[in-house]
Amino acid sequence: MSEQANDAQTCVIIGASHAGVNLAFNLRIAGWAGDILLFDADPELPYHRPPLSKAYLASDDGLDSHRLKSADSYVQQQITLRLGVKVSKIDPDQKVITLNDDSVQSYDKLVLATGARPLIPPIPGLDAANNCFPLRTAADVENIREAITPAGGKNVVIIGGGYIGLETAASMKKLGANVTVLEREDRVLARVTAPVMSDFFTCLHKDNGVTIAIRKNVSAIESEGSTNLVRCADGSEYPADLIVVGVGIRVNTELAEAAGLKVHNGIQIDATMKTSTDDIYAIGDCTFHHNPHYDRWVRLESVQNAVDQAKVAAKAICGEVVVYDAIPWFWSDQYDVKLQMVGLSEGYDEVVVRHEIGEGHKFSAWYFKGDTLLAVDAVNNAKAYVIGTRFIKSGDLINKGKLADLGVGLKPATLG
Amino acid sequence: MPKITFITATGESIIAEGTSGSVMELAKQYNVSGIDGDCGGVCSCATCHVHVAPADFNKTGAASEIEADMLELDDNVIKFSRLCCQIEVSDAVDGVTLTVPG
Repeated sequence: MSEQANDAQTCVIIGASHAGVNLAFNLRIAGWAGDILLFDADPELPYHRPPLSKAYLASDDGLDSHRLKSADSYVQQQITLRLGVKVSKIDPDQKVITLNDDSVQSYDKLVLATGARPLIPPIPGLDAANNCFPLRTAADVENIREAITPAGGKNVVIIGGGYIGLETAASMKKLGANVTVLEREDRVLARVTAPVMSDFFTCLHKDNGVTIAIRKNVSAIESEGSTNLVRCADGSEYPADLIVVGVGIRVNTELAEAAGLKVHNGIQIDATMKTSTDDIYAIGDCTFHHNPHYDRWVRLESVQNAVDQAKVAAKAICGEVVVYDAIPWFWSDQYDVKLQMVGLSEGYDEVVVRHEIGEGHKFSAWYFKGDTLLAVDAVNNAKAYVIGTRFIKSGDLINKGKLADLGVGLKPATLG
Repeated sequence: MPKITFITATGESIIAEGTSGSVMELAKQYNVSGIDGDCGGVCSCATCHVHVAPADFNKTGAASEIEADMLELDDNVIKFSRLCCQIEVSDAVDGVTLTVPG
């Protein structure tokens, strides 16, 4: 599409987090000359989400050091931010959206970057609990901070031993709280990693004074004055001045569904990020998409997926022929440990673990299915992460014997 | 106030001034094209790669081990490569020139 064709057109983006913001700026790079309107119900100038449970929670840096783009950048690129505005309806026939004040906005191209919201489990007493919050927005962190300042000696119970729960535990510990993580499964990070990683992170948290309790099904929360008692099905109970709920997410698909878009475990899109309806695209956490490398349909909750899908969608909207074919990657920072992950480990039948000699907490877990390397989890080991990325991308076979042999250096040339 | 010159892949020169934070954050503030900083500055994504002018390399110093490993993800890595989220804005780096690889 030439500039002449799109300079009188309007692209409306619903959702101004990693996906939506990157899309807006990439549209300009791809040559979109028309209007760009970016809507989000969150009133804050768009910010990085991963630091919310890490540096932003644990320090008093403020949100300004975590903005996705400076306020000036939006002006410079003529991107109109409509923050604190909720979209209530999409009409794909008339090509208009309705806002919560009943005003309407027309579009030529519409992009859904609606993301997800925290899943709040139906635990009796949770609604009425004191200081009980999820952690997904800056406002959530403000609530948590307000409830826990000063944190010294306060009891914090975190429901859910996934990445959000564990990162929050590390941050709350840093602030001086007594922290307990309640995990329903028999190990933390059960959904996303091999047992060796779960064991490592359990020990890491215990060494730092955090209590990790597994097989804990929270059955009720009783509020007592300004505090709470969290009761589990096995009869155990935990006092809590603050409760953080981190048990997963619900994808924001309601707008898409009501507009008749195909939705199945997320908004279904093709390789160009287009939904089942013409001129409507979807990107980021809210999408259910095919990953060609692993040849299966996935929904991913990650910055990488949001940014890379935004780049593809921007080009597709401007008429370039592109397809999404990225290898997913993720990271997590807890205490002084850096975990970097590349690939999708689901379906693995073997894990090769490699502990580098004399390097303390420096190791990597390599997930294989047969001879095929699916994914790598690297702890304090960027080299393993980078080499893993190269092998997964190229499809070159790794010699598992050499990989497990610490006498063999971690280099692409020696592992083949 | 420390001044840093960014030269983008298209040859545009941007002089940025700041007092604190990382050079990546400074670049974002000035909307320097090619500095994405997708991970927010925790050395996890390698999208803030710069080539330090050789004469300025003693001011920035060399990449740390993890940073050097992450730079291996980028095909344009040279001896003077840095991830600029790992460089703090301070008087020590006043006057350096950083080029964004194409």
